[in-house]
Amino acid sequence: MNDLIGKITRGEFFKVIFGFFAALWTGVTAYPVFRYLISGAENAQGGDDVQVTSLSLGPVEEFLPGASKNFKFGSIPALLVRTDDGAFQAYNATCTHLSCTVQYSDEEKKIWCACHGGRFDHKTGDNVSGPPPKPLGALAVDTSSGEIIISRA
Amino acid sequence: MIEKVSNWFNDRLNLKAWADFAAKKKVPLHKHTVWYYMGGIALMILLIQFVTGGLLMVYYIPEISSAHASVQFINSQVEFGWFFRSMHSWGANIMILVLFIHMFSTFFMKAYRRPRELTWVTGIGLLALCFGFGFTGYLLPWDEIAFFATKIGLDIAEVVPFIGEPMAAILRGGMEIGQGTLSRFFLIHVIVLPVALAALLGVHLLLVQLQGMSEPTSFQKESKKDYEPFFPDFVLKDLMVWMLVLNVLAFLAVIFPWGLGPQADAFAAAPAGIKPEWYFLGMFQFLKILPAHIGFIEGEVFGLLVFLLIGVIFTIAPFIDTEKKPATARFLEVFGIIILISLIIFTWWGFSA
Repeated sequence: MNDLIGKITRGEFFKVIFGFFAALWTGVTAYPVFRYLISGAENAQGGDDVQVTSLSLGPVEEFLPGASKNFKFGSIPALLVRTDDGAFQAYNATCTHLSCTVQYSDEEKKIWCACHGGRFDHKTGDNVSGPPPKPLGALAVDTSSGEIIISRA
Repeated sequence: MIEKVSNWFNDRLNLKAWADFAAKKKVPLHKHTVWYYMGGIALMILLIQFVTGGLLMVYYIPEISSAHASVQFINSQVEFGWFFRSMHSWGANIMILVLFIHMFSTFFMKAYRRPRELTWVTGIGLLALCFGFGFTGYLLPWDEIAFFATKIGLDIAEVVPFIGEPMAAILRGGMEIGQGTLSRFFLIHVIVLPVALAALLGVHLLLVQLQGMSEPTSFQKESKKDYEPFFPDFVLKDLMVWMLVLNVLAFLAVIFPWGLGPQADAFAAAPAGIKPEWYFLGMFQFLKILPAHIGFIEGEVFGLLVFLLIGVIFTIAPFIDTEKKPATARFLEVFGIIILISLIIFTWWGFSA
């Protein structure tokens, strides 16, 4: 112990102590600010906390082949397409490239994104051209009751 | 009486020293002198932005169900509201343009060389802050296009390793863009960025005053160097240019008043033909043509890395480009020309696509 005291000068000692407290003080100040900003983000303000599991989009016969609809599924934008063979397909409409909301083009028979020109297959949701790296997430469609019921896949 | 007052202030503030300093300050006269006006123009537009921004804040409401309507109100009900809003939007655009010119002219004149490295680095920082102003201010009217522009911008930020995701979460204020995002962007736009800008600009301008105007190499070699006094000659010319720019801005605001798109709908598809502001258009077009995957990384990550690399090279230019290394100097010249030309081509491509 005495050896150590001999080696460290008073100035050096206080520099270390000063640095330590400066770091501690910075941490103690920055941590609450960081938590304040991030926790408000985690429990989003004004958002509906109800988890939507299924949703009705009206009777099947009102939705003709070739028609499409962008709709709200809980907190995500979603897209329903009725293909020419009469089948229904629903997707999470968030483009897998940079999160724009996609739409269906009946002329092209494809789902496309207006932001960067990505294209998806409307029957499978697969990314077919442009920059999107992944297929669209699918939602389940049930029409057995005569009504279009969307639920999580 | 006037002399007494001026003496009183002089005793306390040593005004004489400042006046002497101003009297000695001189501006080199040569064929590239025109570029010296760019920084001053940017400063003048900044003042316009502060004034018009303050005026807009009188009526603007940073709340998602009222924001769009409040901008509509400013545009259609408040006298001269459309004018001040247009001035603010046009001012922002012209300012970015002027900053680009300021940056590239400084770059090609190699004015960033020793001892002006810090002036250059603070300048790059100021440009970044101005992009931040553009990005945050764009969302405030809460129209369709602003909504998607913000979505894309935050998604790009998320790609940055480690800090990207928490940073995007803090900025977005939730999983989706909503009230949290608007509150944060508003605060950043009107408090955080202005304070940061004022501080950094203070350093930038102080350095310019301490070191004087840079002289291009061609001018340094001239046998008979020509100068003009900063005060009053250059200042008066500066004022004339400022008047001209103010008139151009007012002209643009009146003839092409800034529009407002339909209110943002979080669940509608992105509108066809959506495009960012022209100063992001080059980057946008580049991202658009990248394939989904390049090698083992995603296309957008690759694009971001390219932008990052370009930014880093520009920032460190003064530290690698010295008189002793002509090869590096040459490389940077070619690099600058390539970037400038690609920027113009990609921006044009984005416009016409």
